Amino acid sequence: MIKFLFQRTIGMAVTMFFVSIMVFIIMELPPGDYAERWAFRKFSGTGTEITEADIDNIRAEFGLDKPAPERYLKWIGGIILHGDFGEAFAFQTSVNIVIGQKIWLTLTILFSTLIVTYLISIPVGMYAAIRRNSIEDYTLTVFSYLGFALPNFLLALILLYVSITYFDSTVGGLFSPEYADAPWSIEKALDLLSHLIIPAIVLAWSATAFQLQTVRATMLDEINNLSVTAARARGVPEWKLLIKYPARLAINPVVSTMSFDANRIFSELPIVALVLGLPELGELLLKSYLDLDMFVAGAILLILTFMIVFMNFLSDIALAILDPRVKLIEG
Amino acid sequence: MTSTTNETINGPDLLDVKDLKISFKTDEGIITAVDGINFSVKRGQTLGIVGESGSGKSVSTWSIMRLLPKNSIIDKSSSIQFHRKDGKKVEITRLKPNGRELREIRGGEVALIFQEPMSSFSPVYTIGNQIIEAVLQHRNVSKDEAKEIAIDMLDKVGISNPRQRFKQFPFELSGGMRQRAMIAVALSMNPSLLIADEPTTSLDVTIQAQILKLMRDLQQDLGMAIIFITHNLGVIAQVADEVEVMYLGKILERGTAKEIIHRSQHPYTQALLKAIPQLDSTGERLTAISGDIPSPLSRPAGCPFHTRCEKVMPGICDVEMPNPTQLSDTHTVYCFLHEEKDV
Ligand SMILES: Nc1ncnc2c1ncn2[C@@H]1O[C@H](COP(=O)(O)OP(=O)(O)OP(=O)(O)O)[C@@H](O)[C@H]1O
Ligand SMILES: [Mg+2]
Repeated sequence: MIKFLFQRTIGMAVTMFFVSIMVFIIMELPPGDYAERWAFRKFSGTGTEITEADIDNIRAEFGLDKPAPERYLKWIGGIILHGDFGEAFAFQTSVNIVIGQKIWLTLTILFSTLIVTYLISIPVGMYAAIRRNSIEDYTLTVFSYLGFALPNFLLALILLYVSITYFDSTVGGLFSPEYADAPWSIEKALDLLSHLIIPAIVLAWSATAFQLQTVRATMLDEINNLSVTAARARGVPEWKLLIKYPARLAINPVVSTMSFDANRIFSELPIVALVLGLPELGELLLKSYLDLDMFVAGAILLILTFMIVFMNFLSDIALAILDPRVKLIEG
Repeated sequence: MTSTTNETINGPDLLDVKDLKISFKTDEGIITAVDGINFSVKRGQTLGIVGESGSGKSVSTWSIMRLLPKNSIIDKSSSIQFHRKDGKKVEITRLKPNGRELREIRGGEVALIFQEPMSSFSPVYTIGNQIIEAVLQHRNVSKDEAKEIAIDMLDKVGISNPRQRFKQFPFELSGGMRQRAMIAVALSMNPSLLIADEPTTSLDVTIQAQILKLMRDLQQDLGMAIIFITHNLGVIAQVADEVEVMYLGKILERGTAKEIIHRSQHPYTQALLKAIPQLDSTGERLTAISGDIPSPLSRPAGCPFHTRCEKVMPGICDVEMPNPTQLSDTHTVYCFLHEEKDV
């Protein structure tokens, strides 16, 4: 197990190394260079004349005259050693401050969505498998297909409309106006939770539908497995049988696709966030592209990919704990 | 029925099956898998059941533990009487599905081993875990005591290094080891009846012989009865006291192992005997009997074997099922060739 953990950690580090290089290349892609854009930002509208020399000075100040590998090392070194993601020139402040809050909100949305997804899909999928071909099972199938078929923004709009008209709630944004600038308190946390319900439902629906069908199918396969009959023939009670054998195995495919779910949620988040007025990273990412604010874009890209790679790492470990065959094959 | 020719068939009944009829509801219609058969098993004895694929060997014996899938129907007139260890007689067909009494009998008094030792273990738990599960289910012992019982049992079935094996996963054992482990699980509760559903079919010949010997030895030690299912009459000769020959849900001939092997009277049994796999081939499926097995959805009228029988008598065999003809106290055949002689 220690060897396995070690291998996976190395694997994750290598992946992140390549990801960081790709992100760095993306940051370098826009025309012109950072110094010109920075100078343009800083002095535009001030009437100051910018000369080549000024730009060269800025370039030297930021170390932009150095070759790309050195700049890469400086950038990644700052991140790894000091957690410093660089300057966000569009905001005239550091990247950390610009994305700081939004990253926590994005992660909160991500994890609440994942929790909703698994809390519903795993037990309900198992139930559907046990009651196969019952009315409940068919109803769940219909709901699942609705989840696949309805575009998220439409779902978001519908839920927004319903909750505003019928529940008279302020669903847009993450906080009610009275809490927006208030210090953290239990009430504020509850207010945040109530605002998370709709985005979590919207984002979780299709992931839930997908995982529910996966759990149901695996469970059905496993229920008919000879090893289950063998356990039944040993006199194991039915409920214990279902939990110990098919249910245990039905979790595996869900665990192994956790990072896909995270990925899907990240890519669906911006549209839903736009409709629901949520401040999150996806929107900021788009904006930073438009502003050519590449350190912001780079930081967001790096953090989001790291989240997905890290979830992949976690699911690998969870899977190795759940299924002893995994270690034997790969370890 | 008392025996004068072979006293090994004597003894008190453990299991009495009467008029067992089992069908399945399927999308294509109702399949009758077992069609009104009778058999009994005596304490400490081995009943062999032979027949080609689809003859209902598994279905008829799994029903003793009520292990058939939900789409199965056991006819109301069927009776499966089992004598429990405490002397009580229970009607298995009347037991509550998955109820307490049935669960006590499952594993505790009747155990089952399958053809495929790999898939009969769950891959995600250790061998030990799955033996302990059985022990804890039936005995009031602590986990540690259950572990000792399990290790003891692994030792008894000839698994070397049982303490080590106990901690291993099924895929870390060889096929023969797994079948031994499966036997250990089955026998850890000291059942009075072991149903062995083709326990050696998937093993190669030397391992097969070892497992058969192991089962014989354990039977002597523990005194349980065995129902031994196989395609292979050659194997039956080595293990069974009494043999019944099944085809398409019917019993066509029944007798002591000697009678079936040396004095078989049914054309189907005789065809099976001719088709005994050679010693060097691994108990593969029989192919030697000519003609196809009819689909269970369109069972032939009369004797089910008449469509493939060399000695078929048109107008007789395809009309009615023949009545049993008693050739000796222990030997019965269901065939018009012999019914005629009686008339
Ligand atoms: N779950 C099921 N649904 C429908 N039909 C079934 C089911 N299980 C068994 N049958 C049918 O019952 C009949 C008897 O099957 P059974 O498994 O008892 O045969 P068998 O003698 O054990 O054969 P084999 O040697 O291949 O194991 C077959 O025709 C089979 O198609
Ligand atoms: Mg079978």
